[in-house]
Amino acid sequence: MSAPTYDLGKLHGGLRLPGHKNESTANPIKDVPIPAQLVLPIEQHVGEPAQPVVGIGDRVLKGQLVAEPDGEMGAPVHASSSGTVVAIEQWPVSRRHGDKAPCIVIECDGKDEAIAGGAIEDYPSLAPADLLLRILDGGIVGLGGAVFPTAQKLMQARTCDTEFLILNGVECEPYISCDDVLMRERTHAILSGAQVLMHALQINVCYVAVESDKPAAIARLGEVLGELGDERIVLKQVPTIYPSGGEDQLVQLVTNREVPSGGLPTDVGCLVQNVGTAAAVHDWVLCNEPLISRVTTVTGDGVASPVNVRARIGTMIEEVVEYAGGYTASARHMIIGGPMTGRSVTTDEVPLVKATNCILVVSESPHIGDELACIRCGDCAAVCPVQLLPQQLFWYACADNEKKLREFGLTDCIECGCCDLVCPSHIPLTADFRIAKGRIRELADEKSRAERARLRFEARNVRLERESQEREAELASQKESAKAAGPAAIAEILKRKQQRKEGDAE
Amino acid sequence: MWIAVITIAVIALVAGIALSYAQRRLPANEGDLVEQVNDLLPQTQCAQCGYPGCRPFAAALVDGSAAINLCPPGGDDTIRRLARLLGKEVMPLAESVVPAVAVIDEPACIGCYHCRNACPVDAIVGAHQFMHTVIASECTGCELCVAPCPVDCITMRPVS
Repeated sequence: MSAPTYDLGKLHGGLRLPGHKNESTANPIKDVPIPAQLVLPIEQHVGEPAQPVVGIGDRVLKGQLVAEPDGEMGAPVHASSSGTVVAIEQWPVSRRHGDKAPCIVIECDGKDEAIAGGAIEDYPSLAPADLLLRILDGGIVGLGGAVFPTAQKLMQARTCDTEFLILNGVECEPYISCDDVLMRERTHAILSGAQVLMHALQINVCYVAVESDKPAAIARLGEVLGELGDERIVLKQVPTIYPSGGEDQLVQLVTNREVPSGGLPTDVGCLVQNVGTAAAVHDWVLCNEPLISRVTTVTGDGVASPVNVRARIGTMIEEVVEYAGGYTASARHMIIGGPMTGRSVTTDEVPLVKATNCILVVSESPHIGDELACIRCGDCAAVCPVQLLPQQLFWYACADNEKKLREFGLTDCIECGCCDLVCPSHIPLTADFRIAKGRIRELADEKSRAERARLRFEARNVRLERESQEREAELASQKESAKAAGPAAIAEILKRKQQRKEGDAE
Repeated sequence: MWIAVITIAVIALVAGIALSYAQRRLPANEGDLVEQVNDLLPQTQCAQCGYPGCRPFAAALVDGSAAINLCPPGGDDTIRRLARLLGKEVMPLAESVVPAVAVIDEPACIGCYHCRNACPVDAIVGAHQFMHTVIASECTGCELCVAPCPVDCITMRPVS
């Protein structure tokens, strides 16, 4: 048994929030049965949408590639069970609010036949680069909710001088407990995944960070670490403060290094991966199962029996909730993700995707009060984990002052929602910042478009100028050669021309 | 007392010389100002302002011969930024346009090359006697290709 260590860096601000986690962690993970139909969005990751490689009517097996990545940034999508592709069409998804996205619809045959393929038992014999390529094929994305393609993240880290791998088992947002139960039940898979990741990156230190409100997970991790005897992996207990699970915040806590503004954890020698991602890497590399299922917390007072379920990617949220006992009579709102950073949806007929870490159903949300004017109390600045000045940003967001917004670091805002929660005037700051960020992006796009148009315009002017010069030079050289030939030759040519004209007239 | 008067007079003289020198230096910075104004313009090169491109319009804005509300593709945002930079009053746009891209009805195109010559940003590709097409991502929606087309096969499609 190896005990957790506590030497930590300092996190600015943050909030202690009521956890609401015990409701869903009382029971072990339940497996949702194979649904009759799977809906697989081709865009379940950051980057370019994947391109379907199957046609309507094709029979697919469990784990078969159905869409491959297109472009530099992306992840493949695999069939979550065996069946027949019945449609490739637009379907409502939870990723973008009220939006539709192209999905591959598979009618399952219930046989759950897996595609043949070899697991790599002896991964240490593989070169790190080959191992990365293998991870790329598994469709693995960051399962903490950001769904950044894992292989690309690892490849980026390989180009930097990375010292530490940090496994994120913090899960600081209220209600969500999928990582907690995963750490209790699939401890071996998580730590084995960490070893695979360490080999792929050639790193010799791995910190497993777990929040102090998960004693069962910490005890289990310590136990398994003791069995493994891998001294490269160190367990770290972090305090229960929201948002200590944010990537940059966790780096600060674990290593006491601050990720620079606009930078990445790799800038300070760290790479953060969610514990679920590590388990997915283990499943793919050692058991040949790509990312076709995930553990999701179904919780809230709108759900009859809150529980963590393992569901196949593409299962309807409606079916997942039904499996968790269905809705209670008081169920009113559904949020995909946690209460702080999740998105509310108006329909449960959306598929569960790789990003879905929590399905939260709540009864009527308490009326927090009407928005009032900012009194500049500064409470928001005190809790901001990125040390921004939300009151100042709010001021400039209202004035649409792009320059000042940048200056005051809006682009570093992690949208954790702490400022919203403490604001005595009930100003929806995070929502305003999201809009302002969109506006900044829009302006940057406009600017780059204008810049491109200007370059093309200037290039065209240069070309026109060059063409006219070439024409002039051509004419001049013709004149020159005529002059060189002498007056007799010119008279000869003119005479021939005259004769031809006369001939034409006749 | 005289010492004080002379001191003040000398300071005034030095400051006066420095200021007049600075004033003479100012026109040299006008080129920078034209560049700054040009940076604020959308670079569609559409000539809807009445000048043959964004840079000439920027030059006209700086010497004061053009009004700041003549750039339809830039919209109200550009007017606001120009007003701030040039110290002028914000005024409503003379006429507004919706952002659009040119689309060639390809079966109807006769390959006459006229639109290609009209495009200020080389966003139309095609060869003489062959079908032409618009590179949508590069099209600035300036509409300059619409009028030269002899078979009227170019339309402007609004973008969201």
